[in-house]
Amino acid sequence: MSLTVLKPGLLSSFQDGGRTGSQHLGVPVCGVMDARAHRLANLLAGNDADPAALEITLSGPTLRFDAPACFAIGGADLQATLNGAEAPRHRPLVARAGDVLAFGSARPEGGLRAYLAVHGGYALVPVMGSASTYLRGRFGGHAGRALAKGDTIGLRAALPGQPAALDRLAQALWQLRIYLPATLAPHPRRHLRVLPGAHWDEFDARARHDLLHAEFRVSTQSDRMGYRLDGPALAMAVPRQILSEATNYGTVQVPAGGQAIVLMADRQTTGGYPKIAQVITADLPALAQRGPGQALRFARVELDQAQQLDGEREDAFAQLQDALAPLRALLSA
Amino acid sequence: MNTPSSASSPPAWRIEPQGDRCLLVRFGDSIDVETGRLCLAAARVLRQAPLPGVTDVVPSFVTVAVHYRPAGSQGPRYPQLAAQVEQLLARGVAADAQAARRVEIPVCYGGEYGPDLDDVARHAGISPEDVVKLHTGADSLVFMLGFAPGAPYLGVHDPRLDIPRRASPRTAVPAGSVAVANRQSVLYPSQSPGGWNIIGATPAVLFDPAGDPPTLLQPGDSVRFVPIGPDEFKRLREAAQ
Repeated sequence: MSLTVLKPGLLSSFQDGGRTGSQHLGVPVCGVMDARAHRLANLLAGNDADPAALEITLSGPTLRFDAPACFAIGGADLQATLNGAEAPRHRPLVARAGDVLAFGSARPEGGLRAYLAVHGGYALVPVMGSASTYLRGRFGGHAGRALAKGDTIGLRAALPGQPAALDRLAQALWQLRIYLPATLAPHPRRHLRVLPGAHWDEFDARARHDLLHAEFRVSTQSDRMGYRLDGPALAMAVPRQILSEATNYGTVQVPAGGQAIVLMADRQTTGGYPKIAQVITADLPALAQRGPGQALRFARVELDQAQQLDGEREDAFAQLQDALAPLRALLSA
Repeated sequence: MNTPSSASSPPAWRIEPQGDRCLLVRFGDSIDVETGRLCLAAARVLRQAPLPGVTDVVPSFVTVAVHYRPAGSQGPRYPQLAAQVEQLLARGVAADAQAARRVEIPVCYGGEYGPDLDDVARHAGISPEDVVKLHTGADSLVFMLGFAPGAPYLGVHDPRLDIPRRASPRTAVPAGSVAVANRQSVLYPSQSPGGWNIIGATPAVLFDPAGDPPTLLQPGDSVRFVPIGPDEFKRLREAAQ
């Protein structure tokens, strides 16, 4: 039971919810950039847990299923096809042995990361409790790196081998009615909502005003570690040396030049630059789907509201998981 | 700042949110061993406590970060978690009772291993030999691990090692490099950019993702640097691979 990589795509790596629990040892969390799309893909592939999925960036791979499998695609529309026919997102789909799943390219303004989840998950060896690939550190995921041509990736779950049984399963899955809660659908957000960072008060009035009123652009120097933003230079009222301390996904830090950097999934666990703001968790998926050259603006919210939104999304996932019990029943029959 | 009334528990701290999934406990604003030990003791208390949704407790020079995840709209929220943390700390974190692990790290100083040793000596107004003596002559505290997996920040060294970072950082500092600045040392587990002054190199493996534990050092360890020669360095490095 495996997948064979016929073409690797630009940057495809296995990621799960992240390598938590080792940050005090300096080990980056990594994990998916768009947690919402990843979890959605897993639920729709009939997974109860949230195992690693393939995170596909900008231009996708071509993969051959060497055994029958159930899969689902979440996140950006990378124009996937199964044996040449459109493979719709956000549905459980069935692949037969020999089927070829080919991803194309992201559409302008259509997001840049897609997630391919398989029922039962991929056969990856966890490192420090996680299957996430740490590209810079060269460990985790598959061989600690992005997909390469000729890779063979094991699948943990088997589907019925006889064509007739597989046809019945595919038919039953296709007839399932699936409603996605509105909170889980991707919303193109013009404003990313932020909370004040640890050093917000130490930035000068102009910097605080600019952060919330100016337009920024994701620069070409942006990757899974951080997004450098082009925009007005942000300055502290009285510049001073900041002591290294913990950082988070979404921390907006400002090095001496004044160019803001938003820390992303592969960020270092600690940093010594002043922190002007923090993108709220609910808006990280929208940020992760933006690519170089795209514009963004920030808007201030309160912590209580941010945590309410974060919690509501958790609730929506729990409800969707309950509603998808028939899907899991079909796959375990 | 919270100031407990008991005279026997002097520490004061401030709890603040960092975004919607992390809180910071701040114990001070300058690097010193006393504050560092407070952070380490607090981190130990918080790691051992059954705090709902908490995934990581990360000490640094003057703060302890508590990373957490929500468990639905009824799950842990900042005010509740902050109150729990406050309560745990108020029970006392003053004494870092647990004896620190003592780890010896062999270092080959100067030459090709420590290209900045002479600069550091000149800056400090002492001989390169004396820099080595200062670096190896006292135990150093591992305040935190941070800029890379298994990469420690150690200190606080003798005031004569209060050297600024290099004006222009190197793009590639070799793995194993031992570098100093601002009365601290960092060790580079793998090749990376860096602006600290390289005075030597260790053959020790600082990070192995397959290891248990994966890092040679942990926050709170007490480190003694032991001088070795180039032959010993080569022998130990070969043995480690």
